[in-house]
Amino acid sequence: MFEPPTIAEFLAQSNLASTLPATLLLTWTLILVLADLFAGEERQHWTPLLACLGLGLSFLSNVFVYSPAAGEQVALYGMFVADAFTGFLNAVILVATLVAVLMSWDYLNRAEIHRGEYYILALISSAGAMFMVGANDLIIVFVALELLSIPLYILAAFRSIKNDGSDLALKSEESGMKYFILGAFSSAFLVFGAALVYGATGSTSIPQIFAAAGSIVGAATSATFYLLVGAAMLIVGLGFKVAVVPFHMWTPDVYEGAPTPVTAFMSVTAKIGGFAALLRILISGLSVLALADGDAAAWQATATIIAILTLVLGNFVAISQRNLKRMLAYSSIAHAGYIMVAVAAAGSANVIDAATQGALVYMMAYMFTNLGAFAVVMAIEKADGSGGNIDDLNGLAQSRPLMAMAMTVFMLSLTGVPLTAGFVGKFMIFSAAVQAGLFGLAVVGVLTSVVSAFYYIRVVVNMYLRDSAGELIPALETRYVRWAINIALAGTLVFGVFYPLATNLVSMVSIA
Amino acid sequence: MDVTGLSLTTITLFLPIAGLVVLLFMNGEIHKNSLKWVAFATSIVTFVASVLMWINFDPSVAELQMAQRNTWAEVTLGESVINVSYFVGVDGISMLLVLLTTFIMPIAILGSFGSHIFEERGREKLYYIFLMLLEWSMIGVFVVHDLIIFYVFWEVTLVPMYFLIGIWGSEDRIYAAVKFFLYTMAGSILMLIAILYVGNRSGTFSTYSAGGDIGVIERVQTFDGAGTYWDAPGPDGEGEESGFLLNSVESFLFLGFLVAFAIKVPIFPFHSWLPDAHVQAPTAGSVILAGVLLKMGTYGIVRFNLNLFPEATVAWAPTIAFLGVVGIIYGAWVSYAQDNVKKLVAYSSVSHLGFVVVGIFALNAQGLQGATLQMVNHGISTGGLFLIVGMLYERWHTKEMAAYGGIWKVMPLFGAISLVISLSSMGLPGLNGFIGEFTILLGSLGSDYLGFAFTLFATLGVILAAVYLLKMFQHVFMGEVKNPLANEDGYTLTWYEKAAYIPIIIMVFWMGLQPIVFFNMLDVSVDKIVAMFVR
Repeated sequence: MFEPPTIAEFLAQSNLASTLPATLLLTWTLILVLADLFAGEERQHWTPLLACLGLGLSFLSNVFVYSPAAGEQVALYGMFVADAFTGFLNAVILVATLVAVLMSWDYLNRAEIHRGEYYILALISSAGAMFMVGANDLIIVFVALELLSIPLYILAAFRSIKNDGSDLALKSEESGMKYFILGAFSSAFLVFGAALVYGATGSTSIPQIFAAAGSIVGAATSATFYLLVGAAMLIVGLGFKVAVVPFHMWTPDVYEGAPTPVTAFMSVTAKIGGFAALLRILISGLSVLALADGDAAAWQATATIIAILTLVLGNFVAISQRNLKRMLAYSSIAHAGYIMVAVAAAGSANVIDAATQGALVYMMAYMFTNLGAFAVVMAIEKADGSGGNIDDLNGLAQSRPLMAMAMTVFMLSLTGVPLTAGFVGKFMIFSAAVQAGLFGLAVVGVLTSVVSAFYYIRVVVNMYLRDSAGELIPALETRYVRWAINIALAGTLVFGVFYPLATNLVSMVSIA
Repeated sequence: MDVTGLSLTTITLFLPIAGLVVLLFMNGEIHKNSLKWVAFATSIVTFVASVLMWINFDPSVAELQMAQRNTWAEVTLGESVINVSYFVGVDGISMLLVLLTTFIMPIAILGSFGSHIFEERGREKLYYIFLMLLEWSMIGVFVVHDLIIFYVFWEVTLVPMYFLIGIWGSEDRIYAAVKFFLYTMAGSILMLIAILYVGNRSGTFSTYSAGGDIGVIERVQTFDGAGTYWDAPGPDGEGEESGFLLNSVESFLFLGFLVAFAIKVPIFPFHSWLPDAHVQAPTAGSVILAGVLLKMGTYGIVRFNLNLFPEATVAWAPTIAFLGVVGIIYGAWVSYAQDNVKKLVAYSSVSHLGFVVVGIFALNAQGLQGATLQMVNHGISTGGLFLIVGMLYERWHTKEMAAYGGIWKVMPLFGAISLVISLSSMGLPGLNGFIGEFTILLGSLGSDYLGFAFTLFATLGVILAAVYLLKMFQHVFMGEVKNPLANEDGYTLTWYEKAAYIPIIIMVFWMGLQPIVFFNMLDVSVDKIVAMFVR
């Protein structure tokens, strides 16, 4: 018989305090709903302002909950784990959301689609990502994934609120629809994979899967088969979310059609959430899944192949893109490939920590850099959505020297040139790959980053070395976008120049 | 030995950054005329600092001098934690190249004082900022002894040079700039993998020992197990059986480093970026590119390939030296065929650096000393030649040799200066070029690793150099004046043009007549490297 727990037991087991950053953000959205309802037309700016406040509070609570002294705690009856991994990624997600809110503030006004719901959805999605990075149970992974994704489907189609039949509205609608259908499809894979893993191990809890997987592999029964297929399906499901090849088809269309700040937001948070869950499941849950004793984990080969395909396809296809958002979409596929290099390296038992830390630093560097690049693209985009082609950057250094400088830093960081955050991330994941003995993968990784230099440098060429065809590019953006760019620029440079900062932040991370 | 305190090397290294910060806070419009002075003053102060280093430098010490080493970051590799440290210091080779860098820099800045490119392209402030950034990163490459930080400086040099070519270059500047960036990056990024492997394998990224930490070079040299350091089974049982050439870890590491350096030098089949970059770059860019940037490649070979992978060096020496000889003859040949003055000088670099490569892979004291000296000589002479081409271009706005003629008649002083520098470049005894080339040839003749044929064909290069440089001199300076300037004032050299040549001429004679000063600096450092290769 089911016995309801006592209050004291409930509080101890649920340990809500450790989930505070995520739960706080989720409850804050309720405040936002009320505020938006009562604020009225003329006080529209209250909602984004309050959203920023909520993000700040959540960040503050994150700092307290995940102080180095706190150590590892479990919450929600063991379904949620609050460790350094969660804390670090929470901070990254919160900064990403803040930058995205700042960008949206400007964008929504420019496009005349200012609605309070936008910020509420963004915050819910961000809370979903935060639950996902702390998920310690396949059920939470799934719930958090939906919490992350469903608001994103709506946000991707947000431009179509103003139903003026314009190309922009149609593309946005298409983007939302496409993302929704493929997202739902991938969720099905995830659930099926979880079911198979549950069937093989008898549990959905990641630590218990870890405990059971060891003996299952040793026994070599049919359960091994279910576990392998289940793991593969989990990789497929999450692979859709993080857009690695061959599960990337939706990315360019969705990224191009969605409103620019939404593209920026989902290219970062959805990837962080997806990769966090992938790392957690593969490392904490299935690192013992080796076919022979002493071998690297069985999923290492899969991850290696996916990483190589992603790196090659993402980087080579990005070369031919003329639209900046599409180029950044393919480049984001390529960057998923770099993080996948770290995932593959984590398959070797002695490299797990180095690879995890590398992946985290890479995600942080990617967050700052990519959001910054999108913010610049948004700043020069005109209200009718034109002006987002690579040739529209011509002469930007003359008309907007500071913005061109920022964009140059972002492009160099995406390429992985030293003294930018991107280099620190690349350095860490490649050293993990070398340590794991995956030399072929490391060589493909560095060579494709030379390929990536080709299209990133083209942006710099257009800004600095070519003159604009017509008049100077006018300043369209408001100060909020400039703040967004400045935050991203500061992050890219500070973490790039002061290398130890990033490594010290993740030095406590260990999810093995 | 306490090496954590502030050293003179650090001060010299970061002086250009001080200038950069001052420039950042200046207004490009209001302070337009003082920008160049700030840059020039910074480069002079940096030069003075490097001369102070020289005064402090004790040529009889084999260890790094004026060293400083501070732990900067910790990298987790598996169970081990590896320090990345800020580790600077100089030995004879580094010292000489630092001096070359700080010497060329003020000259390059003087060379852009009266340039017309700013009237056309503007952005003078950015220009000098990039020059300062370039100086900082180039000095960094020569003084840093931690592989990771070395890689950082190595890659950072690309960015300012890319912009110098791309913004202030001639017609095809964008093509040249992108080609330069991609080509050199493609080479150096493989080095990153090799560096990571080296660090992972030896547990440190420092090349030299300091403060109780044993550097990679010492680990390699004191290794007494079976096989070689890199191919012997490691403490964790990794590593493979050795068999040479392409069948060993050491060979792959050697090539990982070598390709990065070979592209920068450039060694023969990797040279195709150089003529484009040189021809399109503005004068100061060409001067620095030829004067210092190319030496980063040869320096890297001496510092890393020879020290870290001695067995692979021996195995590969004849192959690379052969490419060097091909470069000597090919560069000279192509140079002779050029109608474009700047391209002629650019290809002459391929030829001259071929000598350096042959000298290095002779793997004996004469060869290596000659090679190091030749790096400096080439920096001074070819830097001077690019200045000459730049000044001709400022006046006549063409690089075609056919458009010139009889310049000696109208500009006798300029003609005399050009003659001295051309003669120095072709290796006339008594001038600096001769000393370098002669010592290299001597080294290759006495080498245990190279045969007589290498010396024979390399010597051909000396003759060919005379052929193409005299051809240039004849077409440009001799004969009748073909295109007189409309304004006769153009024939007089301005004070800053003269000032740029004075130090070059002094060095040409000083190094030619008293080379012992410079050989003394190199003696001990070179012997330390060569000791590994004595048979």
